[in-house]
Amino acid sequence: MTTRRDFIKISGIGISGLMAGGGAAYRAMAQTLNKEIGGHISDKRTPTYCEVCFWKCAGWVYKNDKGNIWKIAGNKEDYHCNGRFCPRGTGGVGMYYDEDRLKTPLIREGKRGSQYFRQATWEEALDKIADGMKKIAREHGPECIALFTHGSGGAYFGRLLKAFGSPNIAAPSYAQCRGPREVAFIATYGEGVDSPERTDIRDTRCLVLIGSHIGENMHNGQVQEMSDAIDKGASIITVDPRFSTAASKSKFWLPIKPATDLALLLAWIHIIIEEGWYDKEYVKKYTFGFEELKQHVKDMTPEWAYGITTIKPNIIRETAREMANAAPSVIIHPGRHVTWYGDDTQRLRAVAILNAILGSWGRRGGFYIPDKISVPDYPHPPYPKPQRTWREAFPGKFPLAGLALASGLCDATIPNASRDCSIKGWLVDGTNLIETLPNQKNTIEAIQSLDLLVVVDTMPMEITGWADVVLPECTYLERYDMIRTSPHRKPQIALRMPAAEPKYNTKPAEWMAKELAKRLNLEEYFAWNSMEDMLDWQLKQLGSSLEEMQRVGVKTFPREYDDLYFPDGEEISFNTNTGKIELYSTEFADAGFDPIPTYTAHEEPPDGFYRLNYGRGPAHTFSRTSNNANLTDIMDENVLWINPKVAREWGIKSGQKIWLKNQDGVVSQFPIKARVTERIRWDSVFMVHGFGHNDKRLTRCYGKGASDTSMITRVHTDPLMGGTGMRGNFVTFFFEPEKEEATL
Amino acid sequence: MRYAMAVDTKKCVGCSDCVVACQTENNVPIGYCRDWVVEVTNGTYPQLEIEIRSERCNHCDNAPCVRCCPTGASHFSDGGIVLVKEKKCIGCGACIASCPYDARYPHPEGYVDKCTFCLHRVKKGLQPACVAVCPTKCMYFGDLDDPKSDVSVILKKRKWKTLIPEAGTKPELYFLI
Repeated sequence: MTTRRDFIKISGIGISGLMAGGGAAYRAMAQTLNKEIGGHISDKRTPTYCEVCFWKCAGWVYKNDKGNIWKIAGNKEDYHCNGRFCPRGTGGVGMYYDEDRLKTPLIREGKRGSQYFRQATWEEALDKIADGMKKIAREHGPECIALFTHGSGGAYFGRLLKAFGSPNIAAPSYAQCRGPREVAFIATYGEGVDSPERTDIRDTRCLVLIGSHIGENMHNGQVQEMSDAIDKGASIITVDPRFSTAASKSKFWLPIKPATDLALLLAWIHIIIEEGWYDKEYVKKYTFGFEELKQHVKDMTPEWAYGITTIKPNIIRETAREMANAAPSVIIHPGRHVTWYGDDTQRLRAVAILNAILGSWGRRGGFYIPDKISVPDYPHPPYPKPQRTWREAFPGKFPLAGLALASGLCDATIPNASRDCSIKGWLVDGTNLIETLPNQKNTIEAIQSLDLLVVVDTMPMEITGWADVVLPECTYLERYDMIRTSPHRKPQIALRMPAAEPKYNTKPAEWMAKELAKRLNLEEYFAWNSMEDMLDWQLKQLGSSLEEMQRVGVKTFPREYDDLYFPDGEEISFNTNTGKIELYSTEFADAGFDPIPTYTAHEEPPDGFYRLNYGRGPAHTFSRTSNNANLTDIMDENVLWINPKVAREWGIKSGQKIWLKNQDGVVSQFPIKARVTERIRWDSVFMVHGFGHNDKRLTRCYGKGASDTSMITRVHTDPLMGGTGMRGNFVTFFFEPEKEEATL
Repeated sequence: MRYAMAVDTKKCVGCSDCVVACQTENNVPIGYCRDWVVEVTNGTYPQLEIEIRSERCNHCDNAPCVRCCPTGASHFSDGGIVLVKEKKCIGCGACIASCPYDARYPHPEGYVDKCTFCLHRVKKGLQPACVAVCPTKCMYFGDLDDPKSDVSVILKKRKWKTLIPEAGTKPELYFLI
């Protein structure tokens, strides 16, 4: 066997320079950031919580002696980060200093997508939006306006929309990300996993990751706890077609054939039951449907799964034993982005069931019982009752969806004769829907059917190019936002306050929503004088104050209940139909779905095509950070991981630029560099999500790498809850785009 | 006093937070850096291993950069930390050429720049920025002359290596393996 040595400097001076040895090639880049900051260090600091991703770590923004924002560091009291920000949070300063920021309101001139805008005043822009909203409400009803949000602004625009009479408020984090997980865990335990996940990783003895690449996703607290677990000698089992960073820290790496995870899970359940390795007392006391489960998986042997997953039976047995030995301090991690193949809720049900039979839910080193404090809503009149909801656009479909579907709202925008009303207006806040929703053609068709598209963002993301009105939001470093409250081992709240005045002609989302409310006669829903007054009122209800929070940033409250885990021997009632942990889901059975998961084979790549897997890189959050100078310094483009055997067949060398074409003939707009590596199977390729930007206003990331979303034209929708399965797409390579396109 | 750093390759996930934190802490210009991350993969599918290392100046006891500096700008400071006096540096680059670790870069303002182990923070009793920020807590910093320091303790407990020991530079950057 030949040994290959693959040496990569993942960040830092002269990525290619170091490999050549000596004389590093220094990149000559604009040094505006450094020049602008100037000054020396100081200790002046203000609290914030991060907006670079959804983990929302609390920290401090430091200024230098010139009064300029200098650096951001974690708040030691904060459970999300324990005083340590991740690279994106640390690099959050780059968001503030980005010279490509949206600087003033824009109104489109010319047809949609043509990118001709004129600068407008706030008055003019807001008037235009309010007039557009009123017109839609008059002609079609207020429900025909939808909000897509992925950020703090959702609180204000959501309030505005509810007051206006529309319940159509969606975050892509549900149907494009963790929705199936929540539905599966609610069906099993009567509770979701929530965010930050209630995984007790720091005390676990065995952590099982299935396609979850902790360490490449920088879900901060989890990365930290995984490191603590490694220190304490926990074993990690990683199931991934790619030798992920986590796989390299693992006792077992199971390079599974993509799309077969459910078979592996069922075989694990089978062997743990057959061998009697399950937690008999826990199963008896807390669960419902064990006999049905046992019967269901009786033929799902490791040998059966081997033929499907390519994981050898002895490895399936050994890893099952490893989990059982650690139980109940074992976590089969529910993952986060789980919308893969369309049967995702069922796969996550298998994850939930496996945890249940090992007795890890509610146990130390398994899943803890989180606690959260609720921040009182600022008083307002009752919201009007909407006449219609998004559900009516999908009669009889997705009965188990607990939240609105971003993809559903998008689909419900494309006019359809069977529907009495389609959505006519979109407010889009902090989410680049072009890169967020699969099937870009569909998204653009929906956009072209709109009467009004308003986009609120800090950066000229692709979605802003389609907008009628663009509202430039100031960054999180320049504004107050709602108090952060999230479930954790103890309830905590965190404050975000401005470290600097908004740059350019930008404004906080709260101000925009309030201004729109004035124009829509909904001011009474925004009755506070200022954010300071509102936050102070809220904080006083909790026994704190704005003054205190400005000083401490994070405040911890005692738990309402003492126990982080189920007390020994206590009777517990779960919020399910049977009051038990449902191994057999009565809810799914009632809704006409498999009460216990069943493996179904998924389509395989045609000859010469490879399954497109995508994921995260530690320095970036979706497409949100791709233009951030501090983070492009770490990673400025994505690359395509290709197995050396495949590369040899195609004659592809590392670093070579290649174009991609998917099963539907869609071609990548830009080429992507190949990374030929032993770290991936031969039947799939991998790239980090969020690159291949085609908006030229994003000067640092324009045309860098390829967009995975553009290749995701085929969507496998989860019939239970509408999640958009995105990993059933296959790509092939070509080298000369012009010729190839001519043959299409 | 002898300052040293140990980096645990078993815990490091290669996120490059150390690089970003150093850059903001020390106002390192965009496009340059004082520390960086190296990832080495060995083996063939599916028998693979990765070593991930956060690298920087090794603050060598026998530092070639100090020896070859014609102006004395490169010098040993407190606890053996190798520093550059910006005003004395003429930017000749002899130190860059002599460093086996490629740890120095020419700052656009005309002098040579490198890792200082964040001496300004260390003097205040703080950890270097890279150590303080690391989400995996994979870095240990302290005084090797103090047997109780984090770095002394971990080097006693764990197997370690240094980079290019054959260069005879006596590096003070250790990698736990």
